[in-house]
Amino acid sequence: MKVKALIAVLFIGIILFWAVEDMPAFGDPDAPATQYTGQLYVDAVLPDIGIDNIVTAILASYRGFDTLGEVVVIFTAGISVALLLRRGGRL
Amino acid sequence: MMENVVIRTVSRLAVPFIQIFALYVIVHGASGAGGGFQGGVVFAASFILMIIAFGTANVRRRIDNRGIMWLSVIGITIYAGIGFLALLMAGNFLEYAAIEAVLGIPHLHGILIDLVEAGIGIAVMAAMVSIIYDISGNGEESS
Repeated sequence: MKVKALIAVLFIGIILFWAVEDMPAFGDPDAPATQYTGQLYVDAVLPDIGIDNIVTAILASYRGFDTLGEVVVIFTAGISVALLLRRGGRL
Repeated sequence: MMENVVIRTVSRLAVPFIQIFALYVIVHGASGAGGGFQGGVVFAASFILMIIAFGTANVRRRIDNRGIMWLSVIGITIYAGIGFLALLMAGNFLEYAAIEAVLGIPHLHGILIDLVEAGIGIAVMAAMVSIIYDISGNGEESS
């Protein structure tokens, strides 16, 4: 069983290392990940919103509803831990 | 742990600087690296350091379970309230540009993003500290 697992791990590892060859270089401006919407946001953030931090602009303004959901998720985690572990007392 | 004077002195020195740095990270969210999530977690880390150094009961005396839950709710209310404010100003939910257009204040968009980040920071800090209270305490001293 261990030999089978080792063979599977080696097989998948070789495939992954093989796939690394096709990835773009680190910080390549022509990489596919930066081609699609990246330049769009870089150009649009300053006239649209007027703040310097593009990440915060996307996080809080373009994707504001999503971020509200994330905060509610963290709040729900706190509530859940309180309900599970807190003995007695009120919330 | 209470008798270790080195830990108590060092954390008494370090906690204000950690909290100042956390507030800096939250406020700096719109113009540089930073944001509400990161700043809130750093602020909660200062509370964790206080709990490690001074014990849970001492920290609970400053802010108890009810207070921390209220802070958590207040943080989310700030965020959602700004969203509903945009709704009130004839925009979509969380459409800050509508508030800026109605009130006519320049750069209000960035200020509202800062307020939203502050709300996120308060909510994340309160949730983290609440979890730490529940995990570190033995459950009997809940108030």
